[in-house]
Amino acid sequence: MDAPIIELTDVKKSFGPVSVLKGVSLKVYPGKITALVGDNGAGKSTLIKGLAGVQPYDEGEVKFEGVTVALHNPREAAHLGIEVVYQDLALCDNLDIVQNMFLGREETELGTFDEGKMEREASETLRSLSVRTVKSVRQKVSSLSGGQRQTVAIARSVLKSAKVVILDEPTAALGVAQTEQVLALVTRLAERGVGVLMISHNLVDVFQVADYINVLYLGQMVASVETSRTTSDDVVGYITGSKTYTGVPA
Amino acid sequence: MSVISSPDLTAAGANPPGVIGSGHDGTLREQVTAYVQRVRSGEMGALPAVAGFVVLCVLFTILSPYFLTERNFANLMTQAATLVMLAMALVFVILLGEIDLSAGVTSGVAMSLFVVLSNPGGIRMNWILALLISLATGVVIGLFIGFFVARVGIPSFVVTLGLFLGFQGLQLIIIGDGGLYRIQQPEIIAIQNSNLPVWAGWVMLGVILVISLVTTLLDRRRRSRAGVSSRTIALLWIRLALIAVLGGVVIGLLSQNRGTGFLAVSGVPIVVPITLLILWIGTFVLDRTKFGRYLYAVGGNAEAARRSGIKVVGIKWAAFAVCSTLAVISGVFSASKVGSVDAAFGRDIVLSGVAAAVVGGVSLFGGRGRLIHAAVGALVIAVITNGLGLLNLPGGVNFLVTGGVLILAATVDAVSRVRAGGSILRT
Repeated sequence: MDAPIIELTDVKKSFGPVSVLKGVSLKVYPGKITALVGDNGAGKSTLIKGLAGVQPYDEGEVKFEGVTVALHNPREAAHLGIEVVYQDLALCDNLDIVQNMFLGREETELGTFDEGKMEREASETLRSLSVRTVKSVRQKVSSLSGGQRQTVAIARSVLKSAKVVILDEPTAALGVAQTEQVLALVTRLAERGVGVLMISHNLVDVFQVADYINVLYLGQMVASVETSRTTSDDVVGYITGSKTYTGVPA
Repeated sequence: MSVISSPDLTAAGANPPGVIGSGHDGTLREQVTAYVQRVRSGEMGALPAVAGFVVLCVLFTILSPYFLTERNFANLMTQAATLVMLAMALVFVILLGEIDLSAGVTSGVAMSLFVVLSNPGGIRMNWILALLISLATGVVIGLFIGFFVARVGIPSFVVTLGLFLGFQGLQLIIIGDGGLYRIQQPEIIAIQNSNLPVWAGWVMLGVILVISLVTTLLDRRRRSRAGVSSRTIALLWIRLALIAVLGGVVIGLLSQNRGTGFLAVSGVPIVVPITLLILWIGTFVLDRTKFGRYLYAVGGNAEAARRSGIKVVGIKWAAFAVCSTLAVISGVFSASKVGSVDAAFGRDIVLSGVAAAVVGGVSLFGGRGRLIHAAVGALVIAVITNGLGLLNLPGGVNFLVTGGVLILAATVDAVSRVRAGGSILRT
């Protein structure tokens, strides 16, 4: 088995007197899809905000490619190649696909946009992900469906050769066909060697694509298993706290 | 810019794998079809305003023998210049979904300062220095507004409403009770009251054509270097031909002698090239630089912009500074036209500026609109004032018609969006 690309050890985070993460450990492997599940309030969002550099952890060790790193702001995370696709999609409706994919990191020449270069790279990224549902990269995002938007948001995250992509509920609020498309896209992301950390409430999706399942329960990682060695019933048990995982953390 | 899609783009309507269009490919006919589709889907831009302008011009030409004369034509341009400038200034903050109700009185404060500083009977400062101080006052006022909006987080409507009230007092204090200063600098007066030599008007048209040609060719070179397709070159020739014909007609008209006495008056008013230059620079910044793109991004979805690493506070700050500074320039135009500055200078114009932007198709919700839209909207409002004035109708009619046109413009926009399946809100 490959070495993990991200390894969290005993990470803690509290807001005032409320301890949200009580010593969480997590591994994300390159080329694998790691699912993070848990009930509302389990600490999933806090965990990924720490990885994104939005809310740094109080305690604990973060190793990236085996090296201990500090994640204090989004820029540091982005610099390492950690990209986050948020649940409420961070896209601008009034801009087109290329403009959204390059937002905040436009290619310029003499201070003005090199639209040709951006257009080509955006098309190539979409093509490399086998995206075939968008007609033109110059479409306004407002004219896209939910699945297409999610596609653009994911494509945006891998545009600059991300090493780890964190997906927050990528299939929430999508129809059946669109969910299939997005899950296929997530699989292709992993096939490119990207370490994928996917947060989801939908266990069907998780069992369909994830290689590993990690269960958070009230700020503690109560289970870390390979998907092939567990069942949906067991995972539901871990999530609700009615079952205790006895195996060795995978 | 893009080929508009059918609402549902899943499997059936999809392209073969690996083929993603750019909206730049296709023949002239396909490009035109795509444009028509965009218009039908509610992305009309300044089209209703342009149509309104043409209709109004035809109407007034029929109703008044004085409307389509060289003299009135030049007059219309100088009348419109102040409003065009102010509307363009407001676009920078309206794009963010903000508003600056104090833009008019900001120009009033800055111009009051200018006349007090430069007046030969008073401080006698060099007028260029005084003008620079006025412009700097605009920057400072913009930063001041930006501080309260972006840092403190007060709605811009409230902040600038407060300044709208407060600055009237400041203006009164600077100018003095009931005071009125005449503009004494021939250079300032010349902006609205003198004309370019006839030959310079034609040179101006030539320069516009060359700039248009060169920027398009440079764009095409960049695109072909990146290996992506460019629009068919026929579009470029059509655009140049349109500019040449329209510009030729306008400059031809303005090159006729429109003097009433022995003195011959002809040529393009000086204010026109100044306005066009600012329009061009502003459009360049909005379309091709990070600042411009980030204005649209923040106006479209501020949270997305923030997560993309855009410094939203800084963008807002800069937008208000640009708006106030351009508003001061509109004040210079107005002072040049009126010939004096008094304590009420700039008080009434700001809502007309907002109306002009909206009539032109700039969305008050932010994220949508261009400078040229605001300019066309301002021309529509100016032509209403001008034409109704020629018809000798009572003054009240002017306000009624202007208000009606504003609501009509908003209705056309809303209906076209609803028909295209969109929301009535301009998103």
